[in-house]
Amino acid sequence: MAITARTTAPLMRGSESAPVGRDQMSETLSSQPPVRPPAMRTEAGAKPRTAAEINKLPKKVTATDVNFFYGEHQALHGINLGVPEHHVTALIGPSGCGKSTFLRCLNRMNDMIEGTRVEGTILLDDQDIYRPRTDVVELRKRVGMVFQKSNPFPKTIYENVAYGPRVAGVRKREVLNEIVEKCLIQSALFDEVKDRLDTSALQLSGGQQQRLCIARALATGPDVLLMDEPASALDPKSTARVEDLIFELKHTYTIVIVTHNMQQAARVSDQTAFFYEGHLVEAGPTNELFTKPKEKQTEEYITGRFG
Amino acid sequence: MALTATTPPMELTAPRRRWLESVIHAVLLVCAAASVATTVGIVAVLLSQSIPFFREVSLVEFFTGTEWAPLFSPARYGIIPLVFGTTLVAGGAAVIAIPLGLGTAIYLSEYATPPVRHAVKPLLEILAGIPSVVFGYVAVVFISPLLRKVFPSADYFNALNASIVVGVMILPMIISLSEDVLRSVPRSLREGAFALGATKLDVTMGVVVPAALSGIMASFLLAIARAIGETMAVTLAAGATPQMTLNPLKSVQTMTAYIVEVSQGDAAAGTPEHRSIFAVGLTLFVMTLALNVFAQMILKRMREKYE
Amino acid sequence: MSTLAADKPGRPWAPLMSRLFAVACGACMLFCLALLGALLYKIFGFGWDRLNTAFITGKPSFMPAKSGILVPLVGSLYLIGLTAAIAVPVGVGAAVYLEEYAPLSRWRTIIQTNIANLAGVPSIVYGILGLGLFVRTIGLGRSVVAGALTMSLVVLPIVILSAQEALRAVPGTIRQASYALGATRWQTIWYQLLPASLPGILTGVILSLSRALGEAAPLVAIGVATVVRQVPENLFTDEFTALPLQIFYWTDMPDEAFHEAAAAAIIVLLTVLIGMNALAVFLRYKFGKRIQW
Ligand SMILES: Nc1ncnc2c1ncn2[C@@H]1O[C@H](COP(=O)(O)OP(=O)(O)O)[C@@H](O)[C@H]1O
Ligand SMILES: [Mg+2]
Repeated sequence: MAITARTTAPLMRGSESAPVGRDQMSETLSSQPPVRPPAMRTEAGAKPRTAAEINKLPKKVTATDVNFFYGEHQALHGINLGVPEHHVTALIGPSGCGKSTFLRCLNRMNDMIEGTRVEGTILLDDQDIYRPRTDVVELRKRVGMVFQKSNPFPKTIYENVAYGPRVAGVRKREVLNEIVEKCLIQSALFDEVKDRLDTSALQLSGGQQQRLCIARALATGPDVLLMDEPASALDPKSTARVEDLIFELKHTYTIVIVTHNMQQAARVSDQTAFFYEGHLVEAGPTNELFTKPKEKQTEEYITGRFG
Repeated sequence: MALTATTPPMELTAPRRRWLESVIHAVLLVCAAASVATTVGIVAVLLSQSIPFFREVSLVEFFTGTEWAPLFSPARYGIIPLVFGTTLVAGGAAVIAIPLGLGTAIYLSEYATPPVRHAVKPLLEILAGIPSVVFGYVAVVFISPLLRKVFPSADYFNALNASIVVGVMILPMIISLSEDVLRSVPRSLREGAFALGATKLDVTMGVVVPAALSGIMASFLLAIARAIGETMAVTLAAGATPQMTLNPLKSVQTMTAYIVEVSQGDAAAGTPEHRSIFAVGLTLFVMTLALNVFAQMILKRMREKYE
Repeated sequence: MSTLAADKPGRPWAPLMSRLFAVACGACMLFCLALLGALLYKIFGFGWDRLNTAFITGKPSFMPAKSGILVPLVGSLYLIGLTAAIAVPVGVGAAVYLEEYAPLSRWRTIIQTNIANLAGVPSIVYGILGLGLFVRTIGLGRSVVAGALTMSLVVLPIVILSAQEALRAVPGTIRQASYALGATRWQTIWYQLLPASLPGILTGVILSLSRALGEAAPLVAIGVATVVRQVPENLFTDEFTALPLQIFYWTDMPDEAFHEAAAAAIIVLLTVLIGMNALAVFLRYKFGKRIQW
């Protein structure tokens, strides 16, 4: 079972490497060689420098010619994008350009919206997730999601994290305890809440709630983590904590993050994809895209001329 | 990678058969269908006895006859006296309840402070929850003697008696529905009028009430439908004399009271007398349904206007 | 504001009229409350002396002074217990289906319109349905089961509509979070939506049961007896009667002493009903505050 297998994953403590993500920004933008502390010098941690390097990486998710329709309205036009495993891919673009729509295609949350339609293929590893008879429940356990606005269940902190494993059929209390603790540690929340796991999650601060939602998503043992503007409703300090967290989580998970904020994309991601009016205009290594955009639209967007 | 090797690739396209989900879906569908079955059942049962009834009593006699005397020989089945009695009682109730109810609704929505509203609404809910038979008791034991003191010529059971208690019964309905529509009138409309130097009376009667008028009308219709279908109070208070009179101090019989009378009597199933309650029930059903459908239509249009 | 209008020439009375109108509306409200007060005062005054343990535990009698309400009281409790057992699962199930399963289709619109109209059907018509269907066709006679089935149909629209409202009040983000964690539809409903909407559903259930407790018309139509000597033992076959029917019967008697007994029975009925109402208000207040989205 995925959940127990995941217990072999490396556990990263929040204190070990927290500041890295934030310091990255200025370096990346001025395109100096990034300096990383030893903890980050792992295969997964190194930022790929060139498009060629990105292309060589194994792909966790591959979207090919994806079109998406809300009824008559086509929200995505022929999207082709590979998401490299154990790296962070950021989706940027002006609001309404289809970032969230694309993200929700990856765990088929769009299925829940009446009258929508998908064309093209999306592979998770080598399986087409839109193939008939695909079990979306199984898919969503492997592709977790964190929403823009934190949305903990009106239950205890413990029950929030234990929910995913529970609905997957985990009954044993010890196993659940272990998962809850591990996921709270992974999401750097454990120290803050370890004494009040049985209090309502709604009493946590906004930033804590969002980290709880991340912990909750980790508890199903996903391979991929989708994040839709996870920090947009948070204050700067909480935002920083969530960004640090993303930086650590990519050792274990493949992350796709939607962000409105280009600095954030530059800080946390390895690959960036720029969407505009439902088209994928350009995708490439983050540092390349921000310093040497190939397309005029991309350049105009990142230099703040629109959006 | 070591990690992925420990996670056997899960087969997305060969889902476990979620038979429980399908069973539950089917069970819930049956629950929802029960409501449709109820309607079908009502129509079927009413027709099953009404059709044989109308073989013996022509539709023309039934709907145009002015005499209702099932026990005469030959029996007379002209429903007009029953409809007359029903209309007299319901009309009287409307005359009593509409001004009182509308005044109260206007007070609650336009004038009352929140504490007053919070104190009054539960009390009105209590009034709404008092069973019909209790109002019948009040009519017989308290109101009727009082009326006969004021109008010595009044019958012991009379239409006015019934109108008064039915009026009180439909008050909470008029108040709560009208208050809802009054409160749904946008603030901006009120403020616009105040800005022109109008008094509170000008605003309320010149702006708010006209804007909510269709919804208020709908609440009247629903309340009248309720008054028409009202049974126990009317049976106890109005008497059992099917006659066409406009004098509210006379004893009359409503359609509902007739159904109760026959149900309590010993008419054998299959006789025209017993079958007549199905024909009367059908008439009652169609009348109230028409009022309800009409009111719902008005409410729907009103909701669309302000949402 | 009113002073502004007063400055206008030609309308010197406007502020006064406005004031008078407010007073008139307030008087309407006070009058409604006074009606409720007078009604309760008269009934309690009339029946209070008659109310004692012997009255509650007594069997029916043709002597008004010896009559008790044990049989109708127990009958009413059986009736609403069974009604709850039937109407709550079916009603909540239908609400869940409409809110969580039914796509925005014609089918759903039809059911929804149908329920709104059923809510306005007079209860005596349900009684006729019960007579034709449960009493005659299925052959349940005048038993508690026949009464409860009929009463379930009466309250079903109330249960469905209030449960739907409660489910709709659960934010969509809760559903999305649950589905995104790999929960199935039923797991989402069972573990998230039903617990979150429980206070609202319970409120609706209590209100519908208090309706069932006070209704007499459907019972009259299916032919439930007004005088029954024994508490029913077999719910499928034995005759029963209910509290509102007993009140109806006593009110219809010319003898003043029966009217006193009726008033005492009304006190019992109203006490239970107001208690249920208070419980509903309490639930809404308590849980309405606890969960703040
Ligand atoms: N539920 C929906 N129904 C219909 N149209 C939608 C829905 N959600 C999004 N859209 C449309 O799809 C387009 C892309 O939206 P979205 O993916 O939310 O953009 P982004 O996340 O980049 O801001 C927009 O034009 C939006 O209006
Ligand atoms: Mg978005």
